[in-house]
Amino acid sequence: MHQTNTKYFYPYISPFDPCPPIVRKSYSTPPQLYMGFQPPNLAQFQTAKEALYCGTLWPAFHDPYPPKEGREDN
Amino acid sequence: MNTPKQVPQAYYDLLEEIQAVDFVLVELNLYLDTHPNDANAIQQFNQCTYESKKLKKKFEKQFGPLMHFGRSYSGYPWNWDDTPWPWQV
Amino acid sequence: MWYYEKKLQYPVRVRECNPRLAKYLIEQYGGADGELSAALRYLNQRYTIPNKVVGLLNDIGTEEFAHLEMIATMVYKLTKDATPEQMKAAGLATHYANHDNALFYHNSAGNPWTATYIASKGDPIADIYEDIAAEEKARATYQWIINLSDDPELNDSLKFLREREIIHSQRFREAAQILIDEKDQKQFF
Repeated sequence: MHQTNTKYFYPYISPFDPCPPIVRKSYSTPPQLYMGFQPPNLAQFQTAKEALYCGTLWPAFHDPYPPKEGREDN
Repeated sequence: MNTPKQVPQAYYDLLEEIQAVDFVLVELNLYLDTHPNDANAIQQFNQCTYESKKLKKKFEKQFGPLMHFGRSYSGYPWNWDDTPWPWQV
Repeated sequence: MWYYEKKLQYPVRVRECNPRLAKYLIEQYGGADGELSAALRYLNQRYTIPNKVVGLLNDIGTEEFAHLEMIATMVYKLTKDATPEQMKAAGLATHYANHDNALFYHNSAGNPWTATYIASKGDPIADIYEDIAAEEKARATYQWIINLSDDPELNDSLKFLREREIIHSQRFREAAQILIDEKDQKQFF
């Protein structure tokens, strides 16, 4: 199953809403929600600096923010 | 004017190397707290500990003690409280 | 006991004198889901949690202090040498009236930090689930601050801190699993 780190939903829009509607809203669903107990020997970043600048040793946990596919609500 | 001297670029470069290896140590440490039997991770942890100690020895020789309370040697005069502090650089 | 090490966990840079961003960031300094709350929550829970997860609470609690120092550094740099006029323009006149440019443990709306931010139920499951929720709330707060901030160098540090919340959440989820596992069913201990 392909796992995505952003989910979308479509709030009800009333003709009486004063602000211009945001049609599609998003929220984060980062990798730790799917990992379960971390398996041993998970692939690591090649260098310590890369790990530092990604905030984790394991690419599988890396969750760029804001998401690449964008946030509609800002 | 009594402006404290600024640190050279080498300070930032060496510090960054230390921050990188120490970050790997934090990650492995938390991982091992929930995976105490992972021999590969323990080996990597010990290897990084060795690297970290080596880098810090080199850093302290040039820029003074990184730790207090007897975890680092002092120069003369007492140079633990020399600027800059981490939030100042 | 603890030892201080004269380095930040991650290099912190900010592009410009911007007290308005400091006003938002102070949420993670003295707010309910901020780094002070996190550090004190975990270090306080470690006394009464089962042995197999004490180390994790001890170590994440300790890392949170390094994050608190990063936030303090950002706030300090964003307001260093800011004039009273700049503080006023950033909505920090009321802060300035009491504290000058000094940091204080309060949230973005000016409410002082309070121990009621910290849950300590004494029930291992309740406490660990509280910790997972606390990490997700802190992650969300970092998202909202990143959305408000237009300083790319500051955002780089904030993205690091957000990613750390993800890892902490992962470890607390594993801790919950360790606490509910039937004896001797897993090879972890």
